[in-house]
Amino acid sequence: MTVVLTAKDSAASSRPGHGAQPPSARRRTGRGRPFDEVPRWQIYLPLGVYLLFTLIPFYWMLLFAVRPAGSTSPVPWPMTGEHFSKVWNERSFAVFFQNSMIVGVATLIATTLVALAGGYALARFDFRIKGAFMLALLCSQFIPGALMLVPLFEIFKNLQMINSLGSVVIAETVFQLPLSIILISGFIKNVPVTLEEAAWVDGCSRLKAFRAVVLPLLRPGLIAVGSFAFVHSWNHFLFALMFLSEQDKQTIPVGLNTLIGADSVDLGALAAGGVIAAVPVVIVFAFIQKWLITGFSAGAVKG
Amino acid sequence: MAPSAAVATPPPKAPRRRTASPRRLPYLLIAPAGLLMLGFIAYPVISVFYYSLRHYNVTKPWRNGFAGLDNFTRIFTEDDQFWPTLGFSAQWVFTQVALQLALGLALALIVNQSFIGRGISRAMVFSPWAVSGVLTSTIWILLYNSSTGFSRYLADAGIGEYGTSVLSDTGTVFWAATVSELWRGVPFFAILILADLQSVSKELYEAASVDGAGRLRQFFHITLPHLRDAIVLATLLRGVWEFNNVDLLYTLTGGGPAGETTTLPLYVANTGIEGHDFGYASALTTVAFVILLFCSILYLRLSKFGGDRK
Repeated sequence: MTVVLTAKDSAASSRPGHGAQPPSARRRTGRGRPFDEVPRWQIYLPLGVYLLFTLIPFYWMLLFAVRPAGSTSPVPWPMTGEHFSKVWNERSFAVFFQNSMIVGVATLIATTLVALAGGYALARFDFRIKGAFMLALLCSQFIPGALMLVPLFEIFKNLQMINSLGSVVIAETVFQLPLSIILISGFIKNVPVTLEEAAWVDGCSRLKAFRAVVLPLLRPGLIAVGSFAFVHSWNHFLFALMFLSEQDKQTIPVGLNTLIGADSVDLGALAAGGVIAAVPVVIVFAFIQKWLITGFSAGAVKG
Repeated sequence: MAPSAAVATPPPKAPRRRTASPRRLPYLLIAPAGLLMLGFIAYPVISVFYYSLRHYNVTKPWRNGFAGLDNFTRIFTEDDQFWPTLGFSAQWVFTQVALQLALGLALALIVNQSFIGRGISRAMVFSPWAVSGVLTSTIWILLYNSSTGFSRYLADAGIGEYGTSVLSDTGTVFWAATVSELWRGVPFFAILILADLQSVSKELYEAASVDGAGRLRQFFHITLPHLRDAIVLATLLRGVWEFNNVDLLYTLTGGGPAGETTTLPLYVANTGIEGHDFGYASALTTVAFVILLFCSILYLRLSKFGGDRK
């Protein structure tokens, strides 16, 4: 079929139908999309280089963690578990791991629940202090958490929460909240309000309609926000360093830092500690990275 | 709890409009977040401003009391560490944001294509995003270690020298720290940009391609304008973050060698926590906050964020 493509046609039809492709595009329709076909080497070459940059450091840490002390072999063989048992038992990483898990899960739950309530209010209501609340959320992003350590320390001292994991959970939750609320309200805005209204007409209460209609559609967003909160609190270092002075209350990043600061650095132990610190977040990340991208495209960028 | 209030007064008979719900509901819903932020963000911020006007040093309690603007004059006239740390902060933030944006954009464009192994490649190149500052330091300390690190194998291959640690040399420490921060910072940009890339209408590219626009022109006329707001937001957030965050430099270099890698927040942390001079640290904090706020507003103005776009 030959199509005479006039200037008017090409301007009018922004979406060429199957038969209406110009000859040059038609030649390549055999595989995939005809328009932005990229030569394969332009994908694989830079990607390969970047993959090396990403993976060599991980490999290096694994290597130090499993090869015997004093070895300089570039391959992880023969393998030993001595470094792991050392940091896990002698360097109390078993305790640190448990503390980090408690902080991470508690922060995840608290952040998600509080942000869900706040995000729903922002997405579905007009109220007098809405503008002020939004402004406060945005402004709080510019406040350096590290620089608020002194007053936060005093607050927790007055609340008698120094050396309690609760202080770290509260601090982590508070600093996760602004971004989480903004993200969640973005997700909720994307759920058409007519869906909810239909459920109200059917006799559902607001809460029931929310649970039955909105919540299921929010799942990817909530996973993104929750895992964000978990990963952040698992990783964050300064609050735990400042508010928890007893060793059996410390979290993994603080434990790692004491290994770095040791007089004669035991690289094997440091690497094994690093692997223990990395495993949970990398597992969480592997599961959520797909949702993370959809989560951001739904919430952050449009919201 | 807020939701139970909604159950207590359901609007079963007149559920036609949103306004039929109780007036108080939105306030109840934002109450938990609002109270937490008042108590643990607003109050500490006000305390910092208040402390900045006082002499407040745990080790010199006899001097404590109202100081007026003493702390601020000290910053600008007596302190010979303030300007160098501010300069390093600017250099650090600018380098990080520029390189993270360039690499993150390139990476996002690559993994947005369809190719074999895309899913697993994405998971792998994004994975350092989940890694903390302390863990990044750990990993790169192992790599940079002068006797058993990667440099040894490079030296064996004839690149570089034996026995020099890039972290203790003032000539190399900046780039050594920069590379390790890039390692975990680029995925942040790539994820945000990729998220926005997926909402570009494919029809636009089809139309452009039909009109004979090459890939380069498509990038500059379709992709980049579409990404503008996402890029402005990501660079701003990341800039603030890179300015404020002390985890990596604190553990990787400790601000050294010879104060070469001390950012302003790191200096504040040292003054306040190790030097116990809370009053002066609070004044430094206030100055940092004002600078950050000023730069952010200027940046949003200049970039015309949220303005018209085609």
